[in-house]
Amino acid sequence: MSQKVQDYSDTSSWSYHVDESFYADLDRFGEVLRADWPAAGVQTAREAEAFLAREARLIDEGRFNDWLELFGPDCLYWVPITPGGGDPRREVSHAFDDCRRLTDRVYWLRTGLAFSQIPQSRTRRVIGNVEVLDEPGSGLRFIRSNFIVNEFRAGVAKTYTGWYGHVLAPQEDGWQIRLKQANLLDSEQIHENLTLVF
Amino acid sequence: MVVSPEISSPTATAASDIPWRDYVRGDRVHRTLYTDERVFNEEMVKVFGHTWVYLAHESQLPEPNSFVSTKLGLRPIIVTRDRQGGLHAVFNRCAHRAATVCREESGVAKSFQCPYHGWTFKNTGELVGAPWPQGYGPDFDKSEFGLGKVTRVESYRGFIFGTLGESAPALADYLGEARPWLDYWIDRAPEGEVIVRSAAHRMGYRGNWKLAFDNAGDGYHPSFSHRSLLEMASRMGDSKDMSYFGKTPDDGPMKVYSLGNGHSVIDQRPNFEGPGSIWANQRPQPGREKFEELIRARYPEDADRLLDVSAGAQINLSIFPNLLIIGNQIQVIEPLSVDRTQLTWNATTIGGVPEEVNTMRMRTQEDFPAFGEPDDQANFEEVQRGLAVTEEEWVLMNRGLNVDGWQTIDENGVIVTAVTDEIHMRGYYEEWLRLMNGETQ
Repeated sequence: MSQKVQDYSDTSSWSYHVDESFYADLDRFGEVLRADWPAAGVQTAREAEAFLAREARLIDEGRFNDWLELFGPDCLYWVPITPGGGDPRREVSHAFDDCRRLTDRVYWLRTGLAFSQIPQSRTRRVIGNVEVLDEPGSGLRFIRSNFIVNEFRAGVAKTYTGWYGHVLAPQEDGWQIRLKQANLLDSEQIHENLTLVF
Repeated sequence: MVVSPEISSPTATAASDIPWRDYVRGDRVHRTLYTDERVFNEEMVKVFGHTWVYLAHESQLPEPNSFVSTKLGLRPIIVTRDRQGGLHAVFNRCAHRAATVCREESGVAKSFQCPYHGWTFKNTGELVGAPWPQGYGPDFDKSEFGLGKVTRVESYRGFIFGTLGESAPALADYLGEARPWLDYWIDRAPEGEVIVRSAAHRMGYRGNWKLAFDNAGDGYHPSFSHRSLLEMASRMGDSKDMSYFGKTPDDGPMKVYSLGNGHSVIDQRPNFEGPGSIWANQRPQPGREKFEELIRARYPEDADRLLDVSAGAQINLSIFPNLLIIGNQIQVIEPLSVDRTQLTWNATTIGGVPEEVNTMRMRTQEDFPAFGEPDDQANFEEVQRGLAVTEEEWVLMNRGLNVDGWQTIDENGVIVTAVTDEIHMRGYYEEWLRLMNGETQ
């Protein structure tokens, strides 16, 4: 993966790296995210909670450019339709954003021309039941958590519930998001205007 | 024979006492068609009952005894395949005390047992038995108490339609001039095999169901309603798919066709030149470059065609009253109430192509539901709010009327006109009027 990313370093413009191995990685991440994990140490757990809290705040305050900075070049922001994820090779998702598509999404939100976001969604989210696994071989950090996202837009208040799976890759100065998977409790059911960020 | 009096609301056969022609004029329709519950209730019986309504795709019923739960208007129904493969649709409503007998969205079942009192029905509707039959008198006749049936069910090349209307024409005749367009769309799959198996985008909006139909054949709105998408697409310089709606589209090669029976189509294909052009103009999907490289390397002779079918069909085909073919999706309008609607976008894969093509089709089919349709639906909801002004009674559909040089009529009676002509609305409202007045075709 790192070799490919170097060859086409600007993945916000090019998508050579989303290939068979990219989908295979997702399958593997999904297995890890569904497994039972031992309890993490206090320091690790606190770090993970702080990361999620900061990410949540950036979204809720509409700081989408700052939010985008949390993602690595080979990232995926994934909101599946099939509960739990399904097979993205054969199924569509609410969001299946590689780096370029996620950059598109943020750009789109900031055009000021998206009528589905005029007025903008106001959101506030609560995250709990945080579990962390530092995977020895890969150095990746897996985080599982539950969320409640409250949204208010155009006179209507809504609540979205579900769980996040985060896969973080280590960097010199912290962590970068490799995968953020937002699993809505009712992902395959009717939804009005899902243009908010989960 | 048991007489069945109705308390109010129109029955399936009673003639309406409302002079609908006053509400549908040649160039405008009345606001109450979008806001009045009585209109909605009557539509749910007549429009979603007396004409062919799209129910499901055959690929959703892949084996003998498969079923799919859906609705015909507001009526819960089960579309089933019997053990010989024949298609049926029955009301999901126990003949005893009305509980739904099937509560799964899809599956395989030879029979359905009502969870309330245990009445059991074949998947073709016949009553198999009621528990403890000694509690019914000697004249209890099982053949009278099957599940009600959608009396006519037909498939056109995998598209299953149903109607309660005995006087409706044969399905193929009802589709009429829409058939060649549907054929084009189906035949993009090398073996004509279209598959609905993915989960669907089930999008909801707070507005009347007809707002979706008004929009589907509308070539006027894209450069305004979809400004965010067009702006996003030009983030990296190139203008992409749909940008041709921007500059006076009426002077361009795109046309809208009024096909009769309420159907219409926008043909965007004249904007594309030659094989590979549809693919070349797509907004960039995840994995696009790697995919194109792979397809060109492995299938050099066939690459352009494979790339083009990985992107949308470039026609917007509207089949009245509830089927919209857009891109590679089978979109279904499902009315919920006078001011609430579900739009289900069924993603499709196709047979006879490498698996990578279908993966790329999934990525292509995530684009518009994420960045295009929500802006339209926001506008539908704002239309519904605007319609609350009782003093302003009319919704206009007069664009293109009496405009010199726009409309020509071909040998099949199809009217061809400029892409922003609102002829699609005038066309389907004529069909709506016919159904609401109970006139036969």
